[in-house]
Amino acid sequence: MGPILIVTESTASGITDSTKECVGKAKELAKVLGTSTVALGFGPGAVDRLRRLDVNKVIAAEDGEFAVYNPAVCENALVQVVAETAPFLTMIPNTTMGLDLGAGLAGRNNIPLIAYCSDLQEQDGKITAVSQVFAGKLLARVPVPGDGAIVTVLPGSWPTGEETGDPVVETISGDYSSRMRVIRVIEPEKGDVDITKADILVSVGRGIESPDNLPLADELAEAMGGVVSCSRPVVDAGWLPKARQVGKSGQTVKPKLYLACGISGAPEHLQGMRDADLIIAVNTDEEASIMEAAHFGTTVDMLDLMPALAERLRGG
Amino acid sequence: MRVAVLLKAVPDLVEELVLDEESGSLQYDEMSYVPSEWDDQALEEALILKEESGAQVTAIAVSTGDVDTMLFTALAKGADHVVKITGDFDASMSNWQQARVLSDYVREQDFDMVLSGVQAIDDVDGQIPGLVAGFLNWPHASVVTEVRMGGDSKVLLRQEYSGGLVAEIEVESPVVIGVQAARKPPRYASVAKVRQVAKSVAIEEVSAGAPAGPAFADIQFVRPVAAGRAEMIEGDVDAVADRIVQILADHNLLRRA
Repeated sequence: MGPILIVTESTASGITDSTKECVGKAKELAKVLGTSTVALGFGPGAVDRLRRLDVNKVIAAEDGEFAVYNPAVCENALVQVVAETAPFLTMIPNTTMGLDLGAGLAGRNNIPLIAYCSDLQEQDGKITAVSQVFAGKLLARVPVPGDGAIVTVLPGSWPTGEETGDPVVETISGDYSSRMRVIRVIEPEKGDVDITKADILVSVGRGIESPDNLPLADELAEAMGGVVSCSRPVVDAGWLPKARQVGKSGQTVKPKLYLACGISGAPEHLQGMRDADLIIAVNTDEEASIMEAAHFGTTVDMLDLMPALAERLRGG
Repeated sequence: MRVAVLLKAVPDLVEELVLDEESGSLQYDEMSYVPSEWDDQALEEALILKEESGAQVTAIAVSTGDVDTMLFTALAKGADHVVKITGDFDASMSNWQQARVLSDYVREQDFDMVLSGVQAIDDVDGQIPGLVAGFLNWPHASVVTEVRMGGDSKVLLRQEYSGGLVAEIEVESPVVIGVQAARKPPRYASVAKVRQVAKSVAIEEVSAGAPAGPAFADIQFVRPVAAGRAEMIEGDVDAVADRIVQILADHNLLRRA
């Protein structure tokens, strides 16, 4: 059986937690399956970042073309690494990188792909992937074929692995060039408020219905001593700035209170707020996924509840 | 510049997902379907490109059910041409197979750019744009929020990462792009306009064989058992507001002077 390959991801603050979660799980599975683990990392400093990972081997692609993340260049390198190492499983965090590389590699190398994986379970030497689909309303239990598969793993799926390893380190270089070029990477605009620093967030989703209703959220946030954040559709509609967005492509927040109003709780959103100390969800659909993550929930109309709550908190 | 927009229909989450709990199989025939919302974003971005630079937009769907309304709606919104790929397909067709059929068609047609939704709610076996790119061996970027024409058949993209980082990317066509969001909210086409288009314009039908490819033998669907589930606060708005104030007090979150 081939090794378990983990495609690692790093940010300015180091290897991502999602990567470390994959490393921890890969080690556990490799032990029962009797195989090894290999971590692949891109970019300058990859060797230094990866050399303490608890894997058997590290492959680092550091040179020239890897100066910034370029999806097509990284895919070219990954395709080659997979051709050479023939992994049984290739695990990639289900981030932008995972969406780029997972499906691209699957198509190019004709390897089945299991997306949105939230668990990998072993029984009698066979692996079943659990995949979150239909915005978290159903789980798919997918038997991993004997020849293996690629899995893109949702952040937050497992505990993070420890960085106590002493892997063999290999660097690769070659022509991975592509017709794609990264012109520049832009830091997020600093918004008027930093939602990652707020203790209390009043977060609004599609249920706000119209920008005309945003003052209700502002007034409630003010009465609570918090600030307003939101889910992706509210930003896409242009009703609130990007700096206010919680979730996979927005900010990860960990406030003392997250009051989710009219947010259904797609996995991409939960990724950004599930670690809040207290989550209260307001959603007319009692079956909405947000209720799985929330400590308290209510199905009353958020547009009625927000002013009623603001009035009480103002002492009125 | 010829732009293909790949559309698919997915089960409507507003309705119930019909599951045979015993076998774990989805009852595809008993569910209602809506266009995948990310595909709608991809179509919008393509139509913005058309307005800006005269791109020719073709919307394509695999006939896994009734996709005609979705295609007529694309026409009513401004697509130049619509194609339905027909064959022995149904709503249970995997993304892998749909991507195969779509990439075969795209390869023949000399498109410069393929846009599709970055993901869909039912993508258990992968996302259509990435798979299509892989099959075609074209460069691909996902989570894209802006597509513009540069000079010399180059395309300019904005790709988003977590934490709000954005990369500006230049790529020579042909290219496949997984669209997260268009620059503007998707436009609306009235039912009357869609009906009018349906009477005056025909959908091009292209037939295709059933593709092979790795398929997962038996995917079982289950409803998630919540590890922890919200304690529901019952009562009318006033009762709920009172209870929330109490919860905030219990957690030392009241800042009333």
